[in-house]
Amino acid sequence: MARRRDAVVRRGLRHVGRGIVEQPGMFTLAVVASSIYGAMTVASAYVIGEITDRVLLPSFADGATTAAALSLAAAAIIGVALLKIVGILGRRLFAGIMSYRLQADYRRRVTRQYLRLPLSWHQRHPTGQLLSNANSDVEAAWFFVAPLPFAVGALVMIAITVVALFLTDPLIALVGLVVFPLVFLVNVVYSQVMSPRMQRAQQLRAEVSEIAHESFDAALVVKTLGRETAETERFGARAEELRDGLVAVGRVRGLFDPMMEALPNLGTLAVLLIGAGRVADGSTDAGSLVSIAYLFTLLALPIRAIGWVLADLPRALAGFDRVTPVLEATGETRYGPESAAPAPGGAAVGVAGVDFSFGDAARPTLRDVTFDVRAGTTVAVVGPTGSGKSTLAGLLVRLVDPADGTVLLDGVDVRRLKEGEVSGRAAFVAQGTFLFDDTVRGNVTLDPAEGSAFTDDEVWAALRVAAADEFVAALPGGLDTRVGERGATLSGGQRQRLALARAVVRRPRLLVLDDATSAVDPSVEARILDALRDSDEPATVVVIAYRQATISLADEVVWLENGQVLARGTHEQLLDEVPGYAALVRAYSQAEVPA
Amino acid sequence: MTEAPLVPADERREGAFATLRRGLRMMPEFRRGLPVTFALALLATAGRVVVPIAVQQVIDRGLAGGDPDLDVVTRLVLLCAVVVLITAVAVYLMNVRLFRTTETALAALRVRAFRHVHDLSVLHQQGERRGSLVSRVTSDVDQLSTFMQWGGVLGLISVGQLVVATVVMTVYSWQLTLLVLVCFIPLAIAVRWFAQRLATAYGVVRERVGDVLGAVAESVVGAPTVRAYGVGARTAARIDGAIDRQYRAQVDAQKVTAAVFVSGEFVAALANAAVVVVGVLLGLAGDITAGTLVAFLFLVTLFVAPVQTASEVLNEAQNAVAGFRRVLDVLDTDPDVRDPATAAPETVRELPPGPLGVRFDAVSFRYAPGAPMALDGVALTIPPRLRVAVVGETGSGKTTFAKLVTRLMDPVDGQVLLGSDAEGWVPLEEVAFSSLRSRVVMVPQDGFLFDATVADNVRYGRPGMTDEEVATAFDELELGAWVAGLEDGVRTPVGQRGESLSSGERQLVAVARAYVADPDLLVLDEATSAVDPATEQRLTRALDRLTDGRTTLTIAHRLSTAERADEVLVVDAGHVVQRGTHAELVDADGRYARLHASWRRSSTGAPATTG
Repeated sequence: MARRRDAVVRRGLRHVGRGIVEQPGMFTLAVVASSIYGAMTVASAYVIGEITDRVLLPSFADGATTAAALSLAAAAIIGVALLKIVGILGRRLFAGIMSYRLQADYRRRVTRQYLRLPLSWHQRHPTGQLLSNANSDVEAAWFFVAPLPFAVGALVMIAITVVALFLTDPLIALVGLVVFPLVFLVNVVYSQVMSPRMQRAQQLRAEVSEIAHESFDAALVVKTLGRETAETERFGARAEELRDGLVAVGRVRGLFDPMMEALPNLGTLAVLLIGAGRVADGSTDAGSLVSIAYLFTLLALPIRAIGWVLADLPRALAGFDRVTPVLEATGETRYGPESAAPAPGGAAVGVAGVDFSFGDAARPTLRDVTFDVRAGTTVAVVGPTGSGKSTLAGLLVRLVDPADGTVLLDGVDVRRLKEGEVSGRAAFVAQGTFLFDDTVRGNVTLDPAEGSAFTDDEVWAALRVAAADEFVAALPGGLDTRVGERGATLSGGQRQRLALARAVVRRPRLLVLDDATSAVDPSVEARILDALRDSDEPATVVVIAYRQATISLADEVVWLENGQVLARGTHEQLLDEVPGYAALVRAYSQAEVPA
Repeated sequence: MTEAPLVPADERREGAFATLRRGLRMMPEFRRGLPVTFALALLATAGRVVVPIAVQQVIDRGLAGGDPDLDVVTRLVLLCAVVVLITAVAVYLMNVRLFRTTETALAALRVRAFRHVHDLSVLHQQGERRGSLVSRVTSDVDQLSTFMQWGGVLGLISVGQLVVATVVMTVYSWQLTLLVLVCFIPLAIAVRWFAQRLATAYGVVRERVGDVLGAVAESVVGAPTVRAYGVGARTAARIDGAIDRQYRAQVDAQKVTAAVFVSGEFVAALANAAVVVVGVLLGLAGDITAGTLVAFLFLVTLFVAPVQTASEVLNEAQNAVAGFRRVLDVLDTDPDVRDPATAAPETVRELPPGPLGVRFDAVSFRYAPGAPMALDGVALTIPPRLRVAVVGETGSGKTTFAKLVTRLMDPVDGQVLLGSDAEGWVPLEEVAFSSLRSRVVMVPQDGFLFDATVADNVRYGRPGMTDEEVATAFDELELGAWVAGLEDGVRTPVGQRGESLSSGERQLVAVARAYVADPDLLVLDEATSAVDPATEQRLTRALDRLTDGRTTLTIAHRLSTAERADEVLVVDAGHVVQRGTHAELVDADGRYARLHASWRRSSTGAPATTG
């Protein structure tokens, strides 16, 4: 336990160091400003002391004062305050900028990883977790930076104070030597006791949030099965655990706060007690005593800044610990050096001895899959539910890499192709359609904001092929209509057609359709395939489908069952030779009800 | 439809105090034991003025005269030390009480909001708004809780401290007190303005945070698309833009905060200077002693601290109140589909036992005021035990039909009833949810699965089933072979949202889940659209056999279902345009005949005509 506590402090200090190293300029500026603030806080106490000694007590003793003395006193108070304000402004601004820069920087790094890491990594990490990694975890990791320069300034202040105390009266200085280390000690113990409780509370918060996410996503199921009460109990149980965790956190904080307040107060009282004796025997004067007592009152707040930083460190570490695995995750898709000269016409596809498993599942999703697709032909992949078709589609466009075996595009292992080569040749339309929060045009072209690779005519032509031209033309802004987050303003069929247009507009040499036409009319589907194949340089098409109309458009059919290719051939050949295939594609013909 | 009540609360211009009053009304847990907590708070603040008083006493009793009475000083200081310790204990007790009460109240609030959200149809109607509903029961409540732990206690003590400091200052010198108050008047006036500036600045920050989340979500949810099209750079540029804008908004807000904070500091210095000058003059006039004046300077720091704390807490308080308001707004949103068991218990009626028929009595529905009718004056009766297929093109109103039968929505006009001619008909809105949901079950197209095993997900339909019973259920549905092919049979985990299974497999589990719930009326809305035809045929044949004697409503664009059904309803543009058996309708040469011919062509091989 003690070792772990030490580790928290050590790791915490290292984390602080990391922040300073990454933003040295802002940190220096903030610390300078904070030191000005610290020095001026001490100065203001001395001003009060001096005023007591030179203006107040003499005036009260003599029964007279001068306008000069009074205005000098007022000017001194206001002058010191103005300098102090400069310090505060600088400290707040520079510390804020430092903290926000670190956050922005880490957000960029984390999201860059999201784009770099392979889909298999994405599949292992829930969406909610990745979102909070980029948002709240990054914030937690660097939030403490805001009060950090304040705390450093407070250390400067304490150093000045201790020196000043010794110069004034060594005996009174002893009070400082007892109180300040004590304050520091309480802070350290606090952060160590707090750390595990804070982590548990954060963990429970995440769990509560996960249940809420899942339960609300499942709303339709929950409602149609009338399970609202059971769901509420599930959520409530975790919410109560969280409550207990937060009360445990509050109890520690509730003890810490009054201790931090009482210590400087007791210090002031001790100064009065010892000081009264010292004034009595003439070792020091009343003004010094007043300024030291005043100083203790003023120091209470800055010293707490040290506490804020220390108190926030466990949270910062917890946040950073959640971000680190993302930053350190490896296995990003590696690209090779090859960039074959663009050949005209369809791309040749080869799949050789491919094995694939999800995560650490013992049963492979694909086993020793081998087949090839000649350039410019259309191949249908057919198989029962759960046979591995979608996985195979993802492999062809290198969304995932096989555990074993190779996927070849134009005779080259896709892993040896340069970045952008696969997506430059192949277009993939997935089962679930994803649209960006952008305009219709942006969703079809996927261009950066400036400069499009496609003309509007080309976009309209693609929309026409996908039978999306009519509804797009009817939209209020035409191509410039925004589709909302995930295309929320469009229907499922409309979204699917836009996704198809996105693939068509690129004139891909390989088109992979993963059951991507289920919501469109068969005639639209035929038109898309015709458009791709009837050009002088027909594209290669791999289509996953159940519809016989779609399958019969294929030159060849690959029959997949339990992750294995069990047969290949034309539609007619497979109908004759493979009973499972015949049963599947003829399911509807055989299902005629007896009249 | 549900748009209006959930308008972001910020636009509603409800004052912070109005929100708190509303909140306290809704959270009785908050008030429990509050008097004792307030008493402790009073004690805690009283202890804070001890030090200035001690300073005054020590100076006046000893130092000013030049010959301190050390005994008196010692006794005084020790007494004050005891008071300081008692104060600390009081603060501790107050803190713990306050944390326990607020966390208990917030946990209750969180759970109530969670339950309430499930009652709102916006949850399943508008999937894209789920994220914001999740934050109602997570981050909004978290923010409140964090605020209570940091700022709430601080705020409570600060207010007390302000009051106590003012009282003690007045006792020492009413003239100087007046002077200090006058110095702070401009600040008090400016606070409102500052608060507005802060609210605006942090409002912008919140918006920018939302933009960043949206942009990041695209890179996570849309990862396959981003990858497949090689548009990582485009997505990265978007995220970077959003992050930069968030950064700039944060720095702007920080500038406002710093300005607010230092204005308090400046006023404090003015007050100090004024107290010194006027204090000396008053002292010369014999109104106050030197000790009083020095003590007053200490008291001014006590007076200033809460003001500064307040400016510090102000922004967080506003955020917390805004979050609070959003949670309360959700609770104040009336569910558009009410459970009569809670809304009007006296009207609740029981559904007749046995198979249930469906009757639509001139039912109309539209998704938003002004939108075209999704169903328009539909009147029909489906007798019990019938297997009915509902067909029609996308957007014809099929799914609306299903949602009205299962009371996921209420009609705009007309009435939906369940029952039979023999047993009588009961209006849906008079049936308690607990009874309705056990008798009528719908399987939607996207049958969401929980992150658990296959068996757990099926059990969701009938809690208490053993794994063996679940396996038997799959066998009965002729899905035994599929289960056998899974890694660990029915104990196979399905992963987040069931994503370890293919979409077709997820549908199989969802159908099994509804089957074990054993409803009298089963509604299948495209429930097997992603399942391969052979499996689908086996499954539906098995279902037909197993649900013999129940009523089933099947919505499908694969017309094999219609071929097998007792009766077919053809829906077009919100109207039932045809009704009859498959054979009758094929012969009738109407809409159905055309739909069916087109489907036959596509599913049995003949390529569809181009163009």
